[in-house]
Amino acid sequence: MNETLMTQLSILALFLPLAGFFFTVLFGKKIKSMYLFEIVIITVVMIIAALLAFFKLGYYPDAVFISEFTWIKINNLPVFGDFSFNLGFKLDNISIIMLFVVSAISTLVHYYSIAYMKGDIRYNRFFAYLGIFTFSMNGIVLTHNLLMMYVFWELVGLSSYLLIGFWYEKKSASDAAKKAFIVNRIGDMGMLLGILIVFLTYHTFTFDEIFAQVAQGVIPFNSGFWLTVMGILLFCGAIGKSAQFPLHVWLPDAMEGPTPVSALIHAATMVAAGVYLTVRIFPMMTGDALLFVAVIGMISAFIPATIALTQTDIKRVLAYSTVSQLGYMIMAIGVGSYVYGFFHLVTHAFFKAGLFLGSGSVIHGMHHEQEITEMGGLRKKMPVTYITFLIFCLAISGVPFFSGFLSKDGILAATANFGIFTGHWLIPVVAFTVAILTAFYMFRLLILTFHGTPRNQHKYDHAHESPKLMIVPLVILAVFSFFFIFTPNPFSAQSGWALSTWIKPPHSVVPEFARYSFLATAPAEGVSESIYTEAYTESIHHIHYSVLFGSLLLAGIGILFAYLFYQYKKINADKLANAVTPLYKFSRNKWYFDELYGATFVNGTIWLSKALAWFDATIVDGIVNLAATVTRLVSRISGAFDNYVVDGLVNLTATLSGMLGLILRRFQTGRVQVYLVFVLFSIIVLILTFA
Amino acid sequence: MFTIGLTHFLVISGLLFSLGVFAVLTRKNAIMVLMGIEFILNAANINFIAFSKFGRFGVQGEVVALFVIVLAACEAAIALAIVLNIYKQFATVNVDEINNLKN
Repeated sequence: MNETLMTQLSILALFLPLAGFFFTVLFGKKIKSMYLFEIVIITVVMIIAALLAFFKLGYYPDAVFISEFTWIKINNLPVFGDFSFNLGFKLDNISIIMLFVVSAISTLVHYYSIAYMKGDIRYNRFFAYLGIFTFSMNGIVLTHNLLMMYVFWELVGLSSYLLIGFWYEKKSASDAAKKAFIVNRIGDMGMLLGILIVFLTYHTFTFDEIFAQVAQGVIPFNSGFWLTVMGILLFCGAIGKSAQFPLHVWLPDAMEGPTPVSALIHAATMVAAGVYLTVRIFPMMTGDALLFVAVIGMISAFIPATIALTQTDIKRVLAYSTVSQLGYMIMAIGVGSYVYGFFHLVTHAFFKAGLFLGSGSVIHGMHHEQEITEMGGLRKKMPVTYITFLIFCLAISGVPFFSGFLSKDGILAATANFGIFTGHWLIPVVAFTVAILTAFYMFRLLILTFHGTPRNQHKYDHAHESPKLMIVPLVILAVFSFFFIFTPNPFSAQSGWALSTWIKPPHSVVPEFARYSFLATAPAEGVSESIYTEAYTESIHHIHYSVLFGSLLLAGIGILFAYLFYQYKKINADKLANAVTPLYKFSRNKWYFDELYGATFVNGTIWLSKALAWFDATIVDGIVNLAATVTRLVSRISGAFDNYVVDGLVNLTATLSGMLGLILRRFQTGRVQVYLVFVLFSIIVLILTFA
Repeated sequence: MFTIGLTHFLVISGLLFSLGVFAVLTRKNAIMVLMGIEFILNAANINFIAFSKFGRFGVQGEVVALFVIVLAACEAAIALAIVLNIYKQFATVNVDEINNLKN
C-alpha cells in the first residue's frame, strides 16, 4: 500500500458516509430498508479505516502523508499580497488512529442502533444523521488545515443538534438541542477569532506551514502575548465542543438524544474533537496558553466529578463523567503531556462508548427507565450487560489490566511532574482527587444499577437482557478496554507499541521565552528525540512508581467507599447527605450552573433585548415616524401648491381659451355668404389700411 | 351736351359690381347668387373694355373680356350642375339651409 492509495482510501472514507446520508435521506421515506445501505457504507468505511490504520501504523509509523490542492488563489491583494487557500488531508499516526476510533465506534453504534431504535417512526432518518455525523467527524480528523477543520467543526455541531433533537416532539429534547447548538456557538466564535488572527499573521490555514513560520519566529503583532491569545482563542473552540468549564452545561442536557447518539457523539468522538484540536495546535501553544488549558481542564475535571456523585439519572452520571474525563485529557495536554492526553482520548472513547451503550442496554431492558433509584439487582437479569459494564467501570476507574489505568496513570504522573517543575501543585492535587471521585461514582452507579435487591419489583420482573445486536458491540468494546490492545505490559504503557511507535509528540515551535521551561527545543536535524528536557524525563522516571501506587490506592479507596456506602450499607448515604445538606444540594443541583447562567446570561440577554426593543419602538420608530410626519406635511403643502397654483394656471389657460372659443365660434356659421361678407369686409379693411 | 368718358363706364361697372356683390350676399336662392356672380364678371368685363377703349392697350382688353365670357359660360355650366346636385341632395337651393360647413 503506497501513499497515493492511502490518500484515495482516506478520501473514500470521508465521502462514503456523506453518500450514505444523501441516499438514506432521499429514499428513506419510500424504501423501508434503506438503513441497510447506510449500514453497508459504514462497514466499508470501518474496513477502510482499519486497513489504513494497519498499514500506516505497521509500515510507515514515522511518515506523514500530506496531499493538498489549491482551492482558491488570489494574486496581488492589497495588504496580503499573493496567497492561496489549500485544502487537503494530513495522514499521520494521530489522524489515522482517530479515524479508526471514529469509524469503529460509529460502526458498532450503527449495528447497536438497529436493535435499539427498532420501531421508531424516523428509523431511516436516524441512520442518515449518523452518516452525516461520521462524514463530518472524519473531516475534522483528516484535514490538514484550520479552515476545513472549522467547516467540519460546524458540521458536527449540526449533526449533534439534529441527533439531540431527534425526538423533537419532546420539549426537553428540542430545548436541549438548541442549548447545545447555542452554547457551542460561543466557543466557536472564539475559535473563529483565533483562526482570523492566524490568517492575518501567517496568510495560511495549513497547520504545518503555521508551525514552520512560528518556528522561524513569526508571531502575531510581534508579541508573545498575542501568540498566547491566539492559542487560547483557538482553544475556545475546544471549550465549547468538548464541553469544558464554563461551557460544559450543554452536555448533560444533550442526553435527551437517543442513547446510541450519546455513546457515539457525546462520549466517544465529537466531544473528543476539542481534545483533537488542542492536540493539533499543541506545538504552537505558549506556556501561558497551555497553563490556561490546564486550569480549564482541571476545573472541568473537578466540578462535574462532584456533580456526578449525587445524580440519579444513569445517563446524566455518565455525561458528567464524560465532561470530567475530557477535562482530564485537556488538563494532560495543558501540562505538556501531549501523548497521554491523546492516549486517554483513545482509551476513553472505547470504554465510555461502552458505558453508554451499556446504559442504553439497561434502559432498553427496563423499558425506558433511566432513574437508578428504580433499578437494582439487574445483574441476574442482564448478565452480559453487567459484566461488560463492570469492565468499563474498572477501566474508567483506573484499575490495572485495563486501558483506562494506562492513560490515567500517565496523566497523573504528568501533572505531578508539572507540579515539581512549575510549582502549580493545585493541578496534581485536583487530578488525584478526581481519580478517587471517578472510581467512587462509577461504582456507585454500577452497584445501584446491578447489585442489591430490586427497588421496583414490577419493573424488575419485566426487565430482560437485550438482543444480540446490542450485546455484541458491548463485548467488542469491552475487549478494546483491555491493556493488550495498546501495550504488553499492564502496568506501564511507556514501552508498549501505542506510545513508543504510534503516538509521537511533535516539538514545541514556540520561541524559548514563551514556552514551558521543560519543553526542549526542536533539534536542527530531523532526529527523533524526546520533546522534553532531560531533567523532566528523569524526574518522570523518578516519580513513576510512587504515582503508580498512588493512583492504584486512590482507585481502590474510591471503589472501597462505593462498596461501603451502597453494597454493604456500612455508611448510610442518606444520613451523610442530610449531615451535609448544603453540599449535597449544591452537588445535586449541578452547582446551580443552569440557574446561574439563566439569571445572568439568559436574563441579561432578555433584558438587553427588551431594552433594545424599547429603543427600537421609541427612538428609532420615533425618528421614522417623525420623518413620515414631516414628509406628509411637505407633501400636503406641495399638493396644495399643485392644486391651487399649478392647476389654477392650467385652468385659467383653459378658461381663457374657452372664452375665446365662445367668441370665435360665432364667426363659424357654416354659411358661405357670411364668410364672403367677412372676406369682403377684410378686403375693405385691408384696402383702407394699406391704400 | 357732354361726351361719354371713362368715368361713366367705371361708374356703370361699379354699380353693376355692387349689385352683383349685393345679390351674392343677400339672395337666398343659389341661382340668384349665381346671377350675382355673373353681374360681377360682367362688371369686370366692362372695366376691361373701357380701359381698352380709353387706354393705350390695343385690343388686349377685348381679348381678355372674351376669355372672361367663355370662362363665365363654363363657370355657369359647372355651377348649375353643382346646384342641381345640391338640390338632389338637400331638396332645396336655399343657401342658408345648406350650412354643412359648420361644425
